[in-house]
Order: sequence, then structure tokens, then C-alpha cells
Amino acid sequence: MNGPFEFALRLGDDALIAAQRLAEWTTRAPEMEEDIALANIALDQLGAARLLLTYAGELEGAGRDEDALAYLRDDREFRNCLLVELPNDDFAVTMAKLLFLSAYQLPLYTALAECADERLAAIGSKARKESAYHLDHASLWVKRLGDGTEESHRRMQAAADQVWPYVAELFTPDPGAPVDPATLRAEFDATVTAVLTEATLARPESGWAPAGGRDGLHTEHLSYLLAEMQVLHRAHPGAKW
Amino acid sequence: MYGNDFGAPEEASGGGLLGEVEAAEAALREAAARQRRGLPASDDDLAGFFAEIVEADQKIEPRDWMPEAYRKTLIRQIAQHAHSEIIGMQPEGNWISRAPSLKRKAILLAKVQDEAGHGLYLYAAAETLGISRDELVDLLLDGRQKYSSIFNYPTLTWADVGAIGWLVDGAAIVNQVPLCRCSYGPYARAMIRICKEESFHQRQGYEILHTLAHGTPEQKAMAQDALDRWWYPSLAMFGPPDGESTHSTQSMAWKIKRFSNDELRQRFVDMCVQQAEILGLTIPDPGLRWNDERQAYDYTQPDYDELMRVIKGDGPCNRERMAHRRRAHADGAWVREAAAAYAGKRAAEKKEKVAA
Amino acid sequence: MTDPSPLWEVFVRARRGLSHTHVGSLHAPDAELALRNARDLYTRRQEGVSIWVVPASAITASSPDEKDAFFDPAADKVYRHPTFYDVPDGVAHL
Repeated sequence: MNGPFEFALRLGDDALIAAQRLAEWTTRAPEMEEDIALANIALDQLGAARLLLTYAGELEGAGRDEDALAYLRDDREFRNCLLVELPNDDFAVTMAKLLFLSAYQLPLYTALAECADERLAAIGSKARKESAYHLDHASLWVKRLGDGTEESHRRMQAAADQVWPYVAELFTPDPGAPVDPATLRAEFDATVTAVLTEATLARPESGWAPAGGRDGLHTEHLSYLLAEMQVLHRAHPGAKW
Repeated sequence: MYGNDFGAPEEASGGGLLGEVEAAEAALREAAARQRRGLPASDDDLAGFFAEIVEADQKIEPRDWMPEAYRKTLIRQIAQHAHSEIIGMQPEGNWISRAPSLKRKAILLAKVQDEAGHGLYLYAAAETLGISRDELVDLLLDGRQKYSSIFNYPTLTWADVGAIGWLVDGAAIVNQVPLCRCSYGPYARAMIRICKEESFHQRQGYEILHTLAHGTPEQKAMAQDALDRWWYPSLAMFGPPDGESTHSTQSMAWKIKRFSNDELRQRFVDMCVQQAEILGLTIPDPGLRWNDERQAYDYTQPDYDELMRVIKGDGPCNRERMAHRRRAHADGAWVREAAAAYAGKRAAEKKEKVAA
Repeated sequence: MTDPSPLWEVFVRARRGLSHTHVGSLHAPDAELALRNARDLYTRRQEGVSIWVVPASAITASSPDEKDAFFDPAADKVYRHPTFYDVPDGVAHL
């Protein structure tokens, strides 16, 4: 752990990359109502990202604002977990990602709301309500897909299996941090197990546990995501928008 | 910042277009409170009763008798409007991932989301006329119902997002504000709600262009280029000139439509001239000049042959827009089926419990 | 199976002290999803708002001012219920 700047950056990057992926669903969702719901969740993540990155910039004290941090860093400087940068794939994969992310973010933000740093506590207090909504939404869909048709069950189980290995990284111990992620694991497991059971899904086996996001070692996907996100901003150095 | 002061100077309400929406809302309430005779006297009186309500500027409601052609006209118009909101998400949605600041990204995402919401409000209004949303969606996907041709043009730069907000949403609002007074209640109420939300859309577009036009030379050029490409297609949004418009006369008599295509187009041009001046951008029309006699601007008409070509399917993006919508619908089928199957299982369980 | 995504009518209480008011309708396969969709569509997730969703098919209408009998298709079709009554002050500009 390298202090509160690094911590705020991790959380902010998680939220930013999650928002970017969720926003890709706009105009593509399985139902028009779902288009609106996914945009809402993306907007929440984006809102949290902006608060966290702004604060990270202040903590760093090098004059970087939210846009400097979002648009002018390369993938090796991003600190998000690998889970959020994975491609959306089908709706089942997106819901598996959202379930695992929100089941982690909810206890994280809840604990953060009680931490000594007032700014982080305020962000946690706002974001935890949003995370509760995201978790609710993801759970609702995982249940419907898991216990829907044969095809949806097959897809949802495959999605859970595919994404599960990336969960381990979320809980890498960090005793010095405002909230040590390792302390959140029990609540995460209880939440996720209950949802999977109700969805008639088998809990995936743990084994291979890719990591590296917190150190800037990402999957190949992140660089493409950033290339798209940053292209216009970088093409006009110093311009205002 | 650029708020409600867009309106033409003769607008007495002082609130510009938003003021007109509020006035329409007040008129709706006022007309509803006015006394009129009760029910139709007999079956022979239905058409007379309908005409009286329209004449009195009151609202026709879903279960009232209405001429079949009135119903069909409304279904066609409301559905087309709903489809336009849904297809219209695509050109702007194209820039969400590349928005140049996080603030702009959030605003654009919220705006495109609003359009999905407006599409849903409108589908619900159309459904009150006795057609289901599924049927309407099928009509769109089969190409049997149209959406606004403007969305068949590509968004090539970020400035196009600004131009769509300022010009396309601006033209849409000019078109839609009179619809807040439409004789069909559900449509009028949906339009009041939509117009209130849309005013933010136009402002954000104008603000994007204003920032670009006062930014670097490259940004200003980007803004001018967008205006050059979107100006005439925006004028074409008001439809063919009055002489060639097929549905206008009857729609005006029914108070579905309140002003002619050319009247609305003129109004839009008159609004835009001063707004373009403040932006410091040039409207690409050498024929644009104030006509003192008419108290309005003379302007060059858009290319209506091009409009017809785009309506018929040969615009730059018709095929892509439809393919995109069809793909989203087809890719989502298994999810919709799963949700229906799940709901069916839960309902069956409930029945069993009750029976037990 | 019946309609896989039936119509629901949505009622919102904008704030304490007001009654629930009809704001519009939407489609959803079941009540849980209908409630979530209503929140997203009609209140943009305004907190402290109370929402009811009712299957449109469960509503029986009595409208002395309307001539049901002369209406074709049948008057008991649920989608005939007027939508978009105004939300009380304070909700319109969510």
C-alpha cells in the first residue's frame, strides 16, 4: 500500500472502467427498459469515479484533475482490477461481472463510510446506496437467467465460471489501507452464494487466480479500451471541452 | 446558461419554448375544467360529439369514440416519433465511449438514456390506441414504419454531438411544442413531459458548440464543419414543403397538427440565426437574409430530393441503423425468453400454493 | 404462455403527504422487474419516492364519460387506460 492516493486511485479506476464497459451496452440492451437501467448503473459508476479521481488528484498534489487522470495515463498506470476491464461478452457475462463487482463494492463502500478520512467517508456513504441498487439489479437478473430457460441457465453458468477467477484479486490483503479488502471476503461469499443458489447455479471452483491490475499489469483488453476512451482528448492537447 | 431565451421576440410568455410548454399544460387543465354538455345523445351523435370536443380544445381520451382515420393517423405519427427516439440514440451513442471529458461523458450518457425513456413514453401513448408495443417494434424492424430521416446521417466528429443537440433537438422541439396542445390526451401529456426534459438536451448541444467555437482553431473548424453538414438535413426535418405534404390538412383539422411544415421551418430558421451569431459560426446559406416585409429570414430550401432518397432508404446510414436495432433485438431474445420463463415458473408456484 | 411481457400501470407518491398518482405504464415480465423499471423510467431513482405497480389487466374501469360499448376493439383491453397524468410538483424535473 502506497498511501491514500493509491487507494483512491484503485477505487476510482475500478469505477471508471466499469462505467466505460457498462456504457457500451447503450442502444444494445436486450430490452429497452434494460438499456435505461444499465445506463443508470454506468452513470453511478462514472459519478463515483469522478469523485474518487478528483480526490486522488488532490491527494497527489501534482495538479492532476479527474480528466488528467482518466485521459492522460497509459494502461500500465491504471490501478483497476482485471474484472472490470474484461469485455462485456453476452448479457450473462455482464451480469456475472456486475454481481461480483457490486457484491464487493457494497461492503467496501459501507466500510469506507465509517473510515477516518472525511472525504472518503462521504464518497462511501453516497456510493453504498448506489451499490445496493447495482447488487439488487444484478441479483435479479442472475436469478432470472439461472432459473429461466435451458439456454439461459447454460449461458449464466458458463458466465459465472468464466468470470469467477477474477474475483480473487479483489480481496488481496492490504492491511494499511483505509479499508482492507481481505476483511470484505466473508460478506461477499455469503451474498454471492445466496444468489447463485437461488439461481440454481453451481458456485464455481476456485483455482487459477489472475491478478496484477493493482500493480498496473493488465489484460490485453485494457489498452484497447483506453485507446478508444482517450483518443479525442489526446488528439487536442490542452483543449477545453 | 443559454436557457430559455432562445425564443422569437414576439413570444409574450417570456419563457421561450419552455414557457410555451407550460402554457400548453395550463391550457390543458383549463379546457378540462370548462363546462360542456355531457355524453353523446345517441349513437348517431358520436361524430358530432367528437367534433365538439376537438372544437372546444378539450382532449380526446382513449376510450372515446374517434374516427378510424384519426386513430390510424395518430398511431402512425406517435409510433414514428417513438421509433425516432430509439433509433436516434445511435448517432449520439456513437460518441459516449470517446467523450472528451468525464463530465461530457456523463451528460451524453444521461441524454441518450433520456431518449430511451422518451421512446418508452411514446410507445405507451401509442398503445392506448389499441396496438401493442411488440407490434410497433415489429413494424419498425420490418421497415414498414419509418423514423426521422435525420438519424440516417453519420456522427463523424465530437462536434456532431453538439450539432445534434442544438439543431436536431432544436428542430424537434419546435416541432413538438405545438404537439403539447394536440387533441389526443395521452399524446399531449407525453409531449409535455418530453419537451420539459428535452430543453436540457438542446442546451447541452449548444454549450458543446459554444465551447468548441471559442476553443482552439481546430475545435472551431470542427464546429463549423458540423454546422455545415447538419444545417440542411435539420431543415428537412420539418418535412416536405406545404404544397407536397400529404397528411397536413386533415391533421390540422383534427388538431393533431397545429402549424404547417413551412411555418415551423421558418420559425426554426428565425431562431437559429441569432444563436449562430453568438456562437460565431456561419450558417452555410449565402441566401440567408432578413426580409423586412415578411418580418422573417429568407433562406435556401433544403434538397427535398435528397430527403426523399433518405426516407426511401438510401441515406448514408439507413442500413447500419436498422441492422444495429435488429441485432440488439435478436441478441436479446434469449434474455427476454428467460425472464418470461422465470415469471411463468413463479406464477405457477403461487397458484400451487393457493391450491394447496 | 400468456403475454411474456405484460403492461403495468405505475403510480408514484412524490413525497410524504401526497397520494399515489398515476404517471404512466411500462412492460415487464413480472412485478419485481416492473418495480425496478418504474424506478428507472419514471423517477430516475429519486430517493424517498414510493412506487406502486399494478398489472394493467387487473384494473377494472368505470368511465361514465366514455362510450365503451361503441369502441372497437374491445373496451376492456387494458392498454386503453390513459397514461401520463402529471406527476405532482417536484417530480417533473427529475
